[in-house]
Amino acid sequence: MLDAATLYQDLILDHGRRPRGYRFPEHANCEADGHNPVCGDRLTVKIREEDDVVVDVGFQGSGCAISTAAASTMTEAVSGKTRSEVLALAQRFRALVTGQIDPSEARDLGKLAAFAGVSKFPMRVKCATLAWHTLVAALEGDTGATTETDE
Amino acid sequence: MTNSAPTSVAIRESGRMRRRQPDLDVERVRSEFPALRQQVNGKPLVYLDNAATALKPQSVIDAVVRAYSEDSANVHRGVHTLSQRATDAYEASRETVADFLGAASPAQVVFVRGTTEALNLVAQSFARPRLGPGDEVLVTGLEHHSNIVPWQLVCKQTGAQLAVAPITERGEVSIAAVQSRLSARTRIVAVAHASNALGTVLPVREICAAAHAVGAKVVVDGAQAAPHLPIDVTTIGCDFYAFSGHKVYGPTGVGVLYGRGDLLAAMAPYQGGGDMIESVSFESTRFKPPPHRFEAGTPHIAGAIGLAAAIDYVQGLGWEAMHRHETRLLSSATARLLGVPGLQIVGRAADKIGVLSFVLEGVHPHDLATIADLEGVAIRAGHHCAQPVMDRLGIVATARASFALYNTSADVEALHRAVLRAQEIFS
Repeated sequence: MLDAATLYQDLILDHGRRPRGYRFPEHANCEADGHNPVCGDRLTVKIREEDDVVVDVGFQGSGCAISTAAASTMTEAVSGKTRSEVLALAQRFRALVTGQIDPSEARDLGKLAAFAGVSKFPMRVKCATLAWHTLVAALEGDTGATTETDE
Repeated sequence: MTNSAPTSVAIRESGRMRRRQPDLDVERVRSEFPALRQQVNGKPLVYLDNAATALKPQSVIDAVVRAYSEDSANVHRGVHTLSQRATDAYEASRETVADFLGAASPAQVVFVRGTTEALNLVAQSFARPRLGPGDEVLVTGLEHHSNIVPWQLVCKQTGAQLAVAPITERGEVSIAAVQSRLSARTRIVAVAHASNALGTVLPVREICAAAHAVGAKVVVDGAQAAPHLPIDVTTIGCDFYAFSGHKVYGPTGVGVLYGRGDLLAAMAPYQGGGDMIESVSFESTRFKPPPHRFEAGTPHIAGAIGLAAAIDYVQGLGWEAMHRHETRLLSSATARLLGVPGLQIVGRAADKIGVLSFVLEGVHPHDLATIADLEGVAIRAGHHCAQPVMDRLGIVATARASFALYNTSADVEALHRAVLRAQEIFS
């Protein structure tokens, strides 16, 4: 049976309460706004990218614990990674929260593995993926992302 | 219909005797709603999302099953027996709805898909040919998107302007606020009878009088009011009234547009097709009179029959007893939640239906709704298709519990426990 701890792991509660990377990097050179029209969550992700590497990244906005914690852990996970590493990680994260990979295969995801429980709550998948959609949009030069293009 | 013989009790009030309906027998009512007999996440279902859609009593389910299993035929067409029975049942449903609304004639009742389609029908068939640049359509600040967007579309098509009567901090729309936005330019006033996001009941009667004084026509969105308040379109004085079947314990996919007879008669069809014509040639087509002019194609026959069964059901229980029950639930839930530290109720109108919108410090409404669901408590979280209301009150979303006739004080306690549980997890 589902219980709250399946979704709200301590790490998620912690990052939801005290988000890391909740600031915009100086000299950011890509950014995008993300919006989940179903629940009204909104956030902006800004990145400073140098030579194909995410040198600095941050976000601001308002959302539920899941979307805030996902954005917070995302900023930690992608810092210092190359663009292609970040895009691959975004895909892995999406596969994790939609239940396409088993949590046991997700050890390489580190803290992000805490989001495995989201797959048991289909109504909350878009909360977890909002920041990642926005990040990808920023890297690909789009100005905005919406969860409604999620399939 | 399934109600036992009413045993009215006399109570003494203000020094004189008046008859009072007996209290609602909630346990019996609950036994008539099969969806309540289930567990969600291992807990008995506590259904508090009635403003989104209401559960269905067995009598409605049976009526729909009967329509398909016995009288399954098309209406207004065949000469055969089944078609005659289906037509009779469909048209009898129209009479039930007319009676429910206090309409003078069943011809004033148009079956549509729901409130949204009813409002779009009025916008396109009534408003569009009558609006032009310089004209205004007035809505209020607490409308559902479905009573905003059809008017925006028709304004764009005609060059008319959309005006908005503001709401107060408490979520009320005063008659003065409406009057301040009314002018000789106002052609249409489109207002909710009750707000889905905050529960506020609007002074629709006074709004109609004020609108008519400047020559405007009034469209009332009754989606939220129809399940909770006795409706009399003649007393309200509105020109159009819309509601949905599924919120009054009836089927989804069916709803009603009431329109004043002279207005409907002067309106062009909304959609073209079969069943709405008297004669068709390639040169010209003669349309049927209302209501059939507005019901192109095969209608939702079983839906209309189910809706009539739902109306019979609620009328059998009695409005006064239902209203008293729901008012009690709303006030006990309000008091219970106000006792939770950090909880703020959004929408404190003096006159409300059983809708309780709230925000809890440190817990986002979506997280609250997920945790409530794990406790078996179904509530809604979000902007409730009323983003302008949220913007006006400076919030993104609320959690919303909405009550119906089968809810109990135990449901209120379950909601209270779920809120405390969410607060504990996020403390």
